[in-house]
Amino acid sequence: MGFKDPKYVGDPRNAVKIFNEKMADELALLDIDATPKDRGPRFELIEEIVGEAFMPVAYGGGIRTVEDASRIISLGVEKIIVGTHAVEDPVFVRGLAEHLGRQSIVACLDVKRSVGGSYQVRTRSGQKRTGANPIDLARQLEDEGAGEIIINSIDRDGTMQGFDLDLVRSVSSAVGVPLIACGGAGSLEDIRQVVGVGASAAGAGSLFVFHGRHRSVLISYPDPETLREIFL
Amino acid sequence: MGATLTIAVIDYGMGNVGSMRNMLAKIGVETVVTSDPEVIMGASKVILPGVGAFDNAMRRLEQLDLVAALDEKVREQGTPFLGVCLGMQLLTMRSEEGELPGLGWIDAETRLFDLSDHPELPIPHMGWNTVQDTGRGPLLVGQADGARFYFVHSYRVQARSEDDVLGVTNYGGEFASVIGHGNIWGVQFHPEKSHRYGMTLLNTFATTS
Repeated sequence: MGFKDPKYVGDPRNAVKIFNEKMADELALLDIDATPKDRGPRFELIEEIVGEAFMPVAYGGGIRTVEDASRIISLGVEKIIVGTHAVEDPVFVRGLAEHLGRQSIVACLDVKRSVGGSYQVRTRSGQKRTGANPIDLARQLEDEGAGEIIINSIDRDGTMQGFDLDLVRSVSSAVGVPLIACGGAGSLEDIRQVVGVGASAAGAGSLFVFHGRHRSVLISYPDPETLREIFL
Repeated sequence: MGATLTIAVIDYGMGNVGSMRNMLAKIGVETVVTSDPEVIMGASKVILPGVGAFDNAMRRLEQLDLVAALDEKVREQGTPFLGVCLGMQLLTMRSEEGELPGLGWIDAETRLFDLSDHPELPIPHMGWNTVQDTGRGPLLVGQADGARFYFVHSYRVQARSEDDVLGVTNYGGEFASVIGHGNIWGVQFHPEKSHRYGMTLLNTFATTS
């Protein structure tokens, strides 16, 4: 059902408490600075945040080894999210799936349209071009053991202009595992649409954090009846 | 609820007890997270959480002298007890997951899901699901319509007597998601990851058991 992907504004612990109140189904914690800064996960912070969350948590950011992943799971995280290191070495995903089970492995693909118009996967918080096609990569990562795949549109991210429906449609028809669409949610209607093209879940950041033209910070979340209506 | 009500949440190194502690605090229950048998003996009620493998859990409980303490506190003295997830499975006689015997407080066995009729359903059962109250016990009373709980498990409990099954959930067929016998209860899902619904359940355990 719903899937939260907060780019937090302020202390993550406070944001978690608010999402608890709003009864978000799942929380994704993404440390987007980790890999660009060559840093691994901040285990103590993760443990603390997980302890505050009254819903399942997925964590991603700087996971480089199976040991990192195992340690994070032992902190109470249900799923680990791998991006850069999965794309740079898809066999890493196989090792993770064998050790932790594919249900705990989420592969995240950041996608940007190239100048020529084709979709390409980027890594390292969008800084590095790989030249790889998201459909091929999604298929490969599924084969290696990813239990879920996140497709994040770098172009749409933060714009609240709607998801990239073509991108989501093309990837969802290529893979069998659940697909989570991210990047561009501007309204609940957007979420309805992206589910209509095959997304099993939608991630939203700006939509639930920023409110109104001036993007003042107000964390909100749809009520259960609305979500039920969109997803079922 | 008396001012001296304290719930002991057993920390035996099998999982992050933070959410459980914080959720209980949120509903205003005095909680102590402990592996000290003496502290447990002084508590009003006991919660045994658990994530991980059956044998590891039983071994840890033995190593920490908790099996004897819990037997005395829960079985002899009749202290209200709630086992959560693996903690519920430990209540049974044995598990297909391991070799060691369980606590054996409820006449039941823990078995791997048999989903041969449903090849589309993966193991583990992971995600939100509903629980149907069988009406045989108080633990689910007060739940809102559509109450859902978060499950992550590959093994499920089969109780010998239907009287011990307080709630059932459907995953390729019905399985016991809430069990209970006397002062001892078990829930297969994670109330501490089931936000509002989990809080209601823990509150019911804290105030009515």
